Amino acid sequence: MIQQPTNTSGGATSLPAPPSAGSVTLTINGVQRHMQLAPWTTLLDALREYADLTGTKKGCDHGQCGSCTVLVNGKRINSCLTLAVMQEGNEITTIEGLGQPENLSPLQQAFIDHDAFQCGYCTPGQICSAQGLINEGRAHTEDEIRELMSGNICRCGAYVGILAAVKEVVDKQSSK
Amino acid sequence: MSDLTTTPRLVEAGTSNTSYIGKPTSRVEGPAKVTGTAKYSAEFNVPGLLYGYVVTSPITKGRITKINSAPVLALEGVVQIFSHENVPSLAWFDRNYKDDVAPGGSPFRPLHDAEIKFNMQPVALVVADSFEVARYAASVLEIEYEQEKFDTNIDLKRDEGHKPGSGKTGFMPPPPPRGNPNDALKNATHRIEGEYIHGAQHHNPMEMFATTVEYHQDGKITAYDKTQGVYNVQQYITKIFGLSKDEARVVNHYMGGGFGSGLRPQYQVFLAVLAALELKQSVRVSLTRQQMFSFGHRPHTLQYLKMGTNPDGTLAALHHHALHETSKFEEYTENVVNWSGMLYQCENVNLGYQVAELDVYTPLDMRAPGAATGSFALEVAMDEMAYAAGLDPLDFRIRNYAEQDQNMKKPFSSKKLRECYHEGAAKFGWDKRTPEPRSMREGNQLIGWGMAGGVWDASMQKAAAKAIFTADGKLEVLSAAGENGTGTYTIMTQIAAETLGLPLEAVTFKLGDTNMPEAPLQGGSWTAASVGSAVKNVCTEVGEKLLKLAQKMKGSPLKGASIDDVHFADGQIRLNTNPSEAVVIRDILPASGEEKLEVESSAMPNMIKQQPYSMHSHNAVFVEVKVDEDLGTVHVTRVVNAVAAGRILNTKTARSQVLGSVVWGISMALMEETVMDHTFGRYMNHNYAEYHVPVNADIHDIDVVFVEEEDDKVNPLGVKGIGEVGMLGVAAAITNAVYHATGKRVRELPIYMDKLL
Amino acid sequence: MNSFTYTNATAVDAAVREKSTNTKAAFVAGGTNLLDLMKENVERPTRLIGLNKLADLATIEDNPEGGLRLGALATNADTAWHPEVEKRYPLLSQTILAGASPQLRNMATNGGNLMQRTRCYYFYDLATPCNKREPGSGCSALNGFNRIHAILGASEHCIATYPSDMAVALAALEATVRVSGPHGERTIPFADFHRLPGDQPERDNTLETGELITALDLPAKGFEKNFTYLKLRDRTSYAFAVVSVAVGLELEGNVIKEARIALGGVAHKPWRVIAVEETLRGVTATEDNFREAATALLRDAQGYGSNNFKIELAKRAIVRALKQATEMNQPLDANAFLNSNP
Repeated sequence: MIQQPTNTSGGATSLPAPPSAGSVTLTINGVQRHMQLAPWTTLLDALREYADLTGTKKGCDHGQCGSCTVLVNGKRINSCLTLAVMQEGNEITTIEGLGQPENLSPLQQAFIDHDAFQCGYCTPGQICSAQGLINEGRAHTEDEIRELMSGNICRCGAYVGILAAVKEVVDKQSSK
Repeated sequence: MSDLTTTPRLVEAGTSNTSYIGKPTSRVEGPAKVTGTAKYSAEFNVPGLLYGYVVTSPITKGRITKINSAPVLALEGVVQIFSHENVPSLAWFDRNYKDDVAPGGSPFRPLHDAEIKFNMQPVALVVADSFEVARYAASVLEIEYEQEKFDTNIDLKRDEGHKPGSGKTGFMPPPPPRGNPNDALKNATHRIEGEYIHGAQHHNPMEMFATTVEYHQDGKITAYDKTQGVYNVQQYITKIFGLSKDEARVVNHYMGGGFGSGLRPQYQVFLAVLAALELKQSVRVSLTRQQMFSFGHRPHTLQYLKMGTNPDGTLAALHHHALHETSKFEEYTENVVNWSGMLYQCENVNLGYQVAELDVYTPLDMRAPGAATGSFALEVAMDEMAYAAGLDPLDFRIRNYAEQDQNMKKPFSSKKLRECYHEGAAKFGWDKRTPEPRSMREGNQLIGWGMAGGVWDASMQKAAAKAIFTADGKLEVLSAAGENGTGTYTIMTQIAAETLGLPLEAVTFKLGDTNMPEAPLQGGSWTAASVGSAVKNVCTEVGEKLLKLAQKMKGSPLKGASIDDVHFADGQIRLNTNPSEAVVIRDILPASGEEKLEVESSAMPNMIKQQPYSMHSHNAVFVEVKVDEDLGTVHVTRVVNAVAAGRILNTKTARSQVLGSVVWGISMALMEETVMDHTFGRYMNHNYAEYHVPVNADIHDIDVVFVEEEDDKVNPLGVKGIGEVGMLGVAAAITNAVYHATGKRVRELPIYMDKLL
Repeated sequence: MNSFTYTNATAVDAAVREKSTNTKAAFVAGGTNLLDLMKENVERPTRLIGLNKLADLATIEDNPEGGLRLGALATNADTAWHPEVEKRYPLLSQTILAGASPQLRNMATNGGNLMQRTRCYYFYDLATPCNKREPGSGCSALNGFNRIHAILGASEHCIATYPSDMAVALAALEATVRVSGPHGERTIPFADFHRLPGDQPERDNTLETGELITALDLPAKGFEKNFTYLKLRDRTSYAFAVVSVAVGLELEGNVIKEARIALGGVAHKPWRVIAVEETLRGVTATEDNFREAATALLRDAQGYGSNNFKIELAKRAIVRALKQATEMNQPLDANAFLNSNP
């Protein structure tokens, strides 16, 4: 058996060269960043490996877990399944943009209060997702929040706390 | 020089503002985790970093005949391709590759030779100057293989199992048969028997395995590695690569979930260290989600149970035999059947345990290893037995309550399982259950109530800690323990703060670094007991030093007092007899002129005290399911899990541990299975879309009850650990509830709708 | 992932022209399936033509036939939560919300949804033969692990299923696919858009080289009074359908005037049998009649081992879905997804 049907060179000595990097401007947490990126760099890798914003997590790299959730123009997306070049001109918000340890957002504080995480790895994605859920304004009841928070897997199983934390902030927002 | 304190507030000992143990304290590392500032292993972006991407074998058995590296090496940005063809000469003996929890046998050596022993075996590491180039280069690396026939199917090995040796830490071969199990079964009033099966399951923590090796100018390395034990990894890489401990530091401050997958050093740390040392440059190797299925798993296990009862509903006989897979190169073992000899009183017991070798990677401890498996079979069989004998499943268990551990012939150091049964049943409303299957419904939904229970070891390992108390009144405590969501940072901070009567904010606990005193692997539910005891000891020793210094202070009210005459609370050392006679702790070092106190200490299990006892935690789980009568879909709508696990250090984080365990049990019962296609010897659903674990919408009401349990034998803190016991019985309770709902007895997990049509 | 270049298209005709002259080019909109497959090395385009700047294709507006035109680049989320869709095509809204996750629905577009590829394990895994991925290499699923595979319309070359939820509703609603190609524009009835595998499983649909989906036209009839999307899956949310059923009914009292039944998760395309739907015309909405229709719908079904159960499951799901659509007693609110979780 020969591994790598992708290698169509048939043993030839020359393979297609990697793409060259070009200038890409991303607006991340309100700051414009000029980066040298090749087209094959995903938004997730651009954040983690090129912008040193490692708060956004890689849990599967295939849109199957939600750890990489960020907000683009206020809407939650999986940053692993979009290319950085596709996001030029958009407002990207990551967990670092939602709050900092000394300046927590209401969702971040609620996650701590309700112990809505254990290992913490899915947490930034959960919180960005919850922020997107609040922006959408579609989820009000517990069942609606459960369903609309189901794009974020938590292997530690902190769902009870996540539900309580998100519900608390949703309720506060709607009573305003 | 500071002197006597102003009049302090009078506070009763034990109820001071600095009494933290047992309180629902929020995680001290919470702000770091919710803001993304907590750094995991793949997030140390050191300068000049290279990226390694792993190539894994598409075949199950055979050998590599050719690796066509040249065209790939010619790609711009590719630095090197490591394979068996160019790996430098490394340690030769198996013992160098054995980590602290390696089972018996010959550990797998990545890139060692051309031989392929299992599907998805790592065969090459492509190193490039960016992640994307490494990934691309790995995708075009052409490798030729010669394939051989292989065995991956345990079903075909039913007659080839054998009793394993006792090579693995923590493995206890089943006790010899007791009584006369065959005759007792034959003469029993009621009998049941059945085979219980679950397939392979993979841990799948959210964080994928990754190692960032920082290569320092002096040739030393720091490995930021995803592991449940930095010391285990350090000894592994130093032995293999011939490094001294001083040359290889291993760090893990945060682990994005472990569940056992990080007990053994995984191959990415080997590959990252290899590449860094060879290239003299910093290297990161991250596995993909698909590659997370290329190493250890909970083994595919077949179990057979036979049971019989006496006329009074007591157990007459119990037979429990298990067979599971192991690899051809290591003999993985876990304690599957032993629990069946101790959870219930029974005079006639026969337990058997075998393993069979397959061309797979060695299985690996996964949350409550052995017990999750064994308790599923035992507790479903107990439900079947209760029905056969015409008894309520809870009543049946209480009738057969074990007052002592019959395996060990020892009393329990403490056992509050009866209270778990009663408190759990009361909370759940078990008395409102109608026993007949299919007797409860709501429209199309059949409602089922089921229960089960479990038992897990309460153990303690040797651990060490260091404490540094500085003149500004701050305490730093260090121990190379792990934090993978268990709450280690928080409970250790609580213990240290309470021991020295300091506010939480004055205490910092640091962990996960081989520059710190050694702690055991983060597993087996023993961290709270082990590291917690070490932290308590080291803080107590700091307290003794502080007392001595305080006694030298001018006009000290503590003069002549022994450590037993005082207590530490609210930032003060106080006389027990008159708490208003006190010294402010923060004043002591400035008064003495010392800048800091530094103490290192350790804790060991007290064998003499423990030896007479069997030490275990227990739980009882009550579950409600709703099963669609026509469509077979199952939802777990309500769970009560009553746990007796000694002293609970932090009711908030401990509750989360149990909630998570319940989610794991639901997952095991209804979703998890890594399915192998034996034509290829390959797991086919090796991704997070097709390997299902619960999402938020799957989880409904879960109630956690902590039953009060005092135990002064297990360890000075009286804790038994909480990470695993909560999972026990959950899958069985769900299976039993499904039977109660539908009348269908499922004996093979997961309970997909297919099985209920 | 292989090496490729990327540009944003600025006009449909230019994009179509480029794609029709470069067989290694691919359109990308949401990217949710394409990038996934590129990371698996299943798809290996050397050129990506980004569509997201074609704002004209992202609108949702009335069409001349009295129905609604869904721009190909409107996202699944924007479509599902569009007031006109919620009001006039609640079946579509509900169906979209039963698919994927909120994040993916914010990225995935309507056109892209029709272009997603099968979830067959073997298709995704380069270590195993697959006729869809590598024509002529063989079908591993046929005798392998085929729990999620087809029971209807499969061939000896391929038993893969088409995974979309949205398309199941579009089939029931008899949408029309508008495409722009090198030879101009054309429309494709939804039933003709996806194809059965036959001896060319590598072809998922009937698009010609270079053609781009520009919009989906919904006819005026939306079955907004009696409808349901019943999705059976291995967990409550964020999972592909094992079996799903989209039903639209037009009732007069208890008599069926028109019935639409489309199945998902059972074939290489959303599965409809017009003749069976015809038999329901004029009959009363009873469980017996539903069961008869379900039996007829599954008459030619064939299992391949691990998916045998889907035949019986599909029948029961059809009966349940028809019942739900008749009674409309499932919880129905703006977030209608909840009633698709039996």
